[in-house]
Amino acid sequence: MAHVTNVESAIDSTEVIKGRSLWQDARARFFRNKAAVVSLIILILVSLFALFGGMLTPWSNEEIDWNLMGDVRTLGGPSFETKHYFGLDPLGRDLFARVVQGTQISLMIGIVGALISVIVGTLYGATAGFIGGRLDNIMMRIVDILMAIPYMFVLILLLVVFGRSIFMLFVGIGLISWLDMARIARGQTLSIKNKEFVEAAIATGVSTPKIIIRHIVPNLLGVVIVYATLLVPSMIMFESFISFLGLGVQEPLTSWGALINEGAGQMRYGTLWMLGFPLFFFLISLFAFFFFGDGLRDALDPKDR
Amino acid sequence: MLGFVLRRIAMAVPVILILIIFSFVLMRAAPGGPFTKERALPPVVLENINAKYGLDDPFLVQIGTYLKNILFHFDFGPSFVYQDRTVNQIIADGFPVTLTYGFWTFVFAVLVGGALGIVAALKQNTWIDYLAVGFSIGAQALPNFIMAPILVLVFTLWLGWLPGGGWWGGPNDPNSYTSYLVMPVIALATSYLASIARLTRSSMLEVMNSNFIRTARAKGLPDRTIILRHTLKPALIPVISYLGPAFVGMITGSVVVDMFLSTGGIGKDFVQAALNRDYSVIMGITILVGMLTILFNLVVDVLYAWIDPRIRY
Amino acid sequence: MNISIKAALLCSAFAVASPAFAAGMHPVTGEALADNQTYTYRMLDDVKSFDPQINTDVEGSHILRDLFEGLVNSDPQGNSVPGAAESWEVSEDGLTYTFKLRDAKWSNGDPVTAGDFVYAWRRLADPATASEYAWYMELMGVENATKIVAGEMAPDTLGATAIDDKTLEVKIDAPRPYFPGMLTHASTFPVNQKVLEAHGNDWTKPGNLVGNGAYVLTDYVSGVKVTRERNPMYWDNDNTILETVVALVINDENIALTRYDAGEVDKTEVPAGQYPALKEKLPDETYSTPRSCSYIYMFNLGENGPEALKDVRVRKAMSYALNRDVIVDNILKGGQYPSYNWTHQKTAGFEMPAIDYATWSQDERVAKAKELLAEAGYGEGGKPLELTLNYNTSEAHKKIAIAASQMWKQNLGVNVTLANFEWKVHLDKLRSGDFGMARYAWCGDYNEPSTYTDLFTTTSGHNNGKYTNPKYDELAKAAKTSDNPAEEYKQMEQLLADDMPIVPVYQYTNVIMVKPDLKGFPFEDLMNNIYSRTMYKVAE
Repeated sequence: MAHVTNVESAIDSTEVIKGRSLWQDARARFFRNKAAVVSLIILILVSLFALFGGMLTPWSNEEIDWNLMGDVRTLGGPSFETKHYFGLDPLGRDLFARVVQGTQISLMIGIVGALISVIVGTLYGATAGFIGGRLDNIMMRIVDILMAIPYMFVLILLLVVFGRSIFMLFVGIGLISWLDMARIARGQTLSIKNKEFVEAAIATGVSTPKIIIRHIVPNLLGVVIVYATLLVPSMIMFESFISFLGLGVQEPLTSWGALINEGAGQMRYGTLWMLGFPLFFFLISLFAFFFFGDGLRDALDPKDR
Repeated sequence: MLGFVLRRIAMAVPVILILIIFSFVLMRAAPGGPFTKERALPPVVLENINAKYGLDDPFLVQIGTYLKNILFHFDFGPSFVYQDRTVNQIIADGFPVTLTYGFWTFVFAVLVGGALGIVAALKQNTWIDYLAVGFSIGAQALPNFIMAPILVLVFTLWLGWLPGGGWWGGPNDPNSYTSYLVMPVIALATSYLASIARLTRSSMLEVMNSNFIRTARAKGLPDRTIILRHTLKPALIPVISYLGPAFVGMITGSVVVDMFLSTGGIGKDFVQAALNRDYSVIMGITILVGMLTILFNLVVDVLYAWIDPRIRY
Repeated sequence: MNISIKAALLCSAFAVASPAFAAGMHPVTGEALADNQTYTYRMLDDVKSFDPQINTDVEGSHILRDLFEGLVNSDPQGNSVPGAAESWEVSEDGLTYTFKLRDAKWSNGDPVTAGDFVYAWRRLADPATASEYAWYMELMGVENATKIVAGEMAPDTLGATAIDDKTLEVKIDAPRPYFPGMLTHASTFPVNQKVLEAHGNDWTKPGNLVGNGAYVLTDYVSGVKVTRERNPMYWDNDNTILETVVALVINDENIALTRYDAGEVDKTEVPAGQYPALKEKLPDETYSTPRSCSYIYMFNLGENGPEALKDVRVRKAMSYALNRDVIVDNILKGGQYPSYNWTHQKTAGFEMPAIDYATWSQDERVAKAKELLAEAGYGEGGKPLELTLNYNTSEAHKKIAIAASQMWKQNLGVNVTLANFEWKVHLDKLRSGDFGMARYAWCGDYNEPSTYTDLFTTTSGHNNGKYTNPKYDELAKAAKTSDNPAEEYKQMEQLLADDMPIVPVYQYTNVIMVKPDLKGFPFEDLMNNIYSRTMYKVAE
């Protein structure tokens, strides 16, 4: 990609008439898609909320409101009077502050997990699929071996053997999240590697890494991006599943999943805000990620031209 | 093709072997053991137990014995926690359950998700598309640990239609077989259904915009023929590659179903065994799931070749 | 909707209820009995074993008490009453017990003999069985038990002998007035040698299992349910009222409550913190009764422990600054007892010493705590104090730990880092002394204070904090032979309050929901020994 932009700027500097690059095109198409633009705005807002929401409240994510903790059900609801905008959690801590902090963790886990998966998985899958033969066989067998180990097992063991930490969670997620992507990327590569433009590139003696980066990977982007937007929320849900098993982030830190899990337990006891607020943020972010990804796909899909 | 299948099966043996050794080592590296309990056992008692289960043998001897028992007797050994039962019995009890609701989940997710995705793609940018997409995100958004309690609340407490959990206990059971199946399938299927719907939709769209479909259209073929004969098969490639891992995910993901809906499948057995350090049960289930994964990936690869004639092995 | 379910249940009940008990009356109270005598309760987890000598957990014991019967039972109030033994005598030196067995049969018709008990007890101690509860034989002090467990003597040298088919003689190594009470423990239940030898490892499968209890095991679906039905061979069968007892495995306490509301289970646990609301809504079904367990934070006084905690002033400050009332009233909310000592206060034969800080107000405690901490050179104006509190994964432990850390931070300026570990890791760290402070709880094995106080003797295997005080050890030894051990226990508790090796937090209650038509539940028993045969369902 860097190469494309370099060429672009080189052309820019020499010619007065501005050509439209693939990326300018894509940007234009993206901004024509209202749902995608709204999603982008929502994602920006959620990120701003995560970054600066803490400034809006006098409470921290760990302080207990001793006056209200005894009767959260009747006194701990959302209220501007008590400055608990989202109410209290079951222990009497400010839910707003906790949602802000949980949003940070969850977004981080979702994005980092998806990034690792996209970068490692796509390159790995494209390489295996394109080169094929023995290398493909070996590379995919490695994926098989890794995939044959149930992921929960790996993660539980990693968290148990090395202790619980966010870092370990990233390692665990990073270790396994790229596997699916690698298989998908390989599958796609297999079906495009026999196409004319690839054969043309091979015939003209373009080096293998270059073919993979310049010809294969861009053609995988449609599927990869859609799958990556599936991945961000699924990473977030993955983390929540780990929280559900009691192996998630350490208190006093929290995450959407942990908050939703906690709120879901209280579902029947008249404190629905505990489920409602984290679930709301979770849902709108999920929808936004999806439509955003969809918009990107439509914008980037070279076949649309 | 046959040669390919045979080669893959032959490859599976070292893969399983590596898996066994890897998980054996990792498991033993975890702090605490199956007999680490609230009440510290007197050292003498612990020695007796270790002697009984061969846990006092050198590490390599333990692995050797373990492999020998599996290879020659297909015996995964006794459970350290469920001491009346062997791992073979635990798997024999739990696996059919998981397989049953896993299978129906799979069928349900593929049929409904696939149909949803195809319809959404064909009617791209109409209200049907938006509805299908909205529904699939909604379905995926609710984690199954929320789904399960809500299902119990609705179907058991409010409507009184279904038992709030459990598994069919034979002809004497007052509830029908299906009544135990509904909630696990719904709780487990939603997220897979949603993923499948979205993958199908996006890959359908991709194929429909490709040159050979345009050609087909230009030739004046009817829409139905185009979709059935030319679009569906290539569009299913990414979906199929998703199914292999999805199936395995379903088995491990079934822990939520087992925990909330008391179905007694191996999902819970597995997670609890990991937490209880029930070494032999973890190993048994890991190997089982590992073999299934390999089998499934093999099936997926064969399907690939069948659907896409350009792929050669 | 509820009504229709109940109606449906009743209809099916009419179809299956045995006519002998239809529309019957309770023989003692005269209450009209329900036609459907099926008791269904929620069980947290699957049964680990149906073998009395192998089982280790509480829920398993509930089932074993129905399937088997030991020499001694406990009545619904928790008193020891004759079980398989009709009567017993103790020699003057308190070292020899002679049990007279009643005429009873196994569920296959064999007579229950003294030999069955001898067989089971030897089996428990035998290293070949490798029972985790082999130490219980040692705890009971049965002659030679320790050496048998260690493999130094043959199992047949155990101090339990069958004088004849109906007479069992047991020799113990020191007088234990509470010895008969220890025999209600499931690991001492008899097993049928013939059946064990006939079926080998499969002897506990439904159909194979032969017991001498009021019920027989009829169905077991792993991870789903355990069903047991009336045993017509049981000696007191005429007084058994419940026909069928079903244990349903339901992991999640909230779902269990939903299913309780839907009428699927008759008994379940109250989800943490929901007791007041449920008590208000369903006052006749919600119970909070004492349970013999004690919850503490243990200080590590061993070599790996933090230097600051070696100072008794710091330990006291930490203990004083903890507001137990908040934990009990605002977090747990289940009628638990705020705790300033170690032994559960309802334990039989326990007298509470006058522990000073128990009577202070919280403000006084905090003031004193600040003072002590300053004296020790920590806190405001002194060195900053950083500690770690380990706890194992659980919603309730988490909440208490968070509240406690906030109390220490706000009251004393002590920074306590919370470290949540998965159960096995937590235990591993406890055992290896790899902690600063750690959550710990102990449930009594029998209803007598020594089950608690023995824990903090220097040689105790559970004294993970390495507290040691020669005076405490002496008192523990003296209590074994004392005429009035309550005095020693009192002094031991006083020592614990002076040395403060632990922070007592609270003492347990059993917080449960029981359907109003189920009667005879042993609410008053501190040890929670449940026998299904004492329960019955009344007609509504």
